[in-house]
Amino acid sequence: MLEISHLVKQFGPLVAVDDVSFAVPVGEVLGFLGPNGAGKSTTMKMITGFLAPTSGTAIICGHDILAQPVAAKRQIGYLPEGAPAYPDMTTAEFLVFIAQIRGYRGADARKRIGYIAELINITDVMRQPIETLSKGYRRRVGVAQALLHDPAVLILDEPTDGLDPNQKHEMRGIIEAMSASKAIIISTHLLEEVEAICSRAIIIARGRILADGTPAELAARSRFHNAVRLGLAGGGNDSAASVLASLPAVASVEATSEGDGYWLFPRGDQPIVTEVAALAQAHRWTVTGIQVERGRLDDVFRTITTPPGMTSPAAMPTPPAEVA
Amino acid sequence: MQRTIVIINRELSSYFATPLAYVFIVIFLVLAGVLTFFVGNFFERGQADLQSFFTFHPWLYLVLIPALSMRLWAEERKSGTIELFLTLPIRLGEAVLGKFLAAWIFAGVALMLTFPFWLTVNFLGDPDNGVIFASYLGSWLMAGSILAIGAAVSAATKNQVIAFIVTAALVFVLTVAGTSTVIGIFRGWAPEGLINAVVGASIFGHFTAITRGVIDLRDVVYFVSLMVAFLAANAILVDLKKAD
Repeated sequence: MLEISHLVKQFGPLVAVDDVSFAVPVGEVLGFLGPNGAGKSTTMKMITGFLAPTSGTAIICGHDILAQPVAAKRQIGYLPEGAPAYPDMTTAEFLVFIAQIRGYRGADARKRIGYIAELINITDVMRQPIETLSKGYRRRVGVAQALLHDPAVLILDEPTDGLDPNQKHEMRGIIEAMSASKAIIISTHLLEEVEAICSRAIIIARGRILADGTPAELAARSRFHNAVRLGLAGGGNDSAASVLASLPAVASVEATSEGDGYWLFPRGDQPIVTEVAALAQAHRWTVTGIQVERGRLDDVFRTITTPPGMTSPAAMPTPPAEVA
Repeated sequence: MQRTIVIINRELSSYFATPLAYVFIVIFLVLAGVLTFFVGNFFERGQADLQSFFTFHPWLYLVLIPALSMRLWAEERKSGTIELFLTLPIRLGEAVLGKFLAAWIFAGVALMLTFPFWLTVNFLGDPDNGVIFASYLGSWLMAGSILAIGAAVSAATKNQVIAFIVTAALVFVLTVAGTSTVIGIFRGWAPEGLINAVVGASIFGHFTAITRGVIDLRDVVYFVSLMVAFLAANAILVDLKKAD
């Protein structure tokens, strides 16, 4: 459906995108993750034909974006970064323009616009000039514009930026509902969003793909994968720590940052929760909580995207306060 | 073609969605009137023609047309809508042509609204309407050429004020090249060929030739090639600068 092969973009001496290749089949929602300036938007701009790549290309439904740009662009729905739209047009005028450019006429265009406005929930701002809309509405008008022609490939640059939590939830529902019949790429800073709607995540930094897998696979790379958080009444004591450390399956023991218990990290990948529970029972500790961590995407994200040799405070092994 | 028409429609409706269209038309008509009647001595000349009306068009356009063209691409780039616009399934040529044609049609509408001048001379006397028609056509061609220059400049910057000033300066050079003052500077020392080249490159010279009532193919070719050249430059500049 969408095939990106060896995309490279150089701006003078700066290599913004460095040999990026991947494919997105129908039914996949690909989360594009990376720090600011990692090359996410530049990659999206090349896929949608706005920027010409230095080398490499993107094939959209069999159409090369460089050789057959118009045919390729017909298959794409694109929400550019910041959801730009003509400020002096009303929402309805803007969507009519997009519909006409995409070849819809008359009743056909009205039907599509009506359907999309209903779906994205913008029917009450159709007669308002876009410049008077709130950030959330503007973003939704941008998404409506991208969905108008029911594209096979949907590329959304930060689709939930500026939305409130309810609107975010709604937008994710819309994306999820469409995912079966489309190839979708969304870029985002929100890791929770990736876990909520993406079937696959790519982490990109300094123009290169650093990780590619399902959100669960990526989370499994975290050092917190299968780690156990054991809460003890009174926070436990040194003897408890050394007893826990003596378990053969436990690689290391760390006090939680709140001081109410311990983080136990397994040796290898095997689950250790049964051993820990049995040990706590044998020693008659008063256990206030016990949780198995599946892994943390944000932890993986930081580890992967922090350049080697740079130890930012964010990369320090302090477990976050809240445990899922 | 279909898509070019959609673009023209959008552009034209955006002129009228803002005060731009009305302000432009009113100022154009008022200035045209003032220049014709007070500076051009329309009545005192006692001749039933529109010479005193058309003679000021190059100067009127020098100020007003860059105001029309400055926003064409600079605004799209500034607001980021260019990324939306150019990722729609349209060819770059359609985008460039659509924007230009909309502005040119708009300039044509403003020009047509000066029809009371035409009515006035016909009421007062018996003018040569062929000459007047030719002059209108020449004026519209001149407006198109200046618009094409302005559109290309607008594609090169995000700043509308810079687009205005640079366009006005370019058009000023192209206009004065054909005036008697500039020719006087060259006369006496420059070879005849150079003088002819300077006059030949001048908007003023070609426009004045048309207002004499003769639509010479060379004058038409001059304006059309200005448009073609600058629209091609416009497309190249959009492609080069769109992502900056």
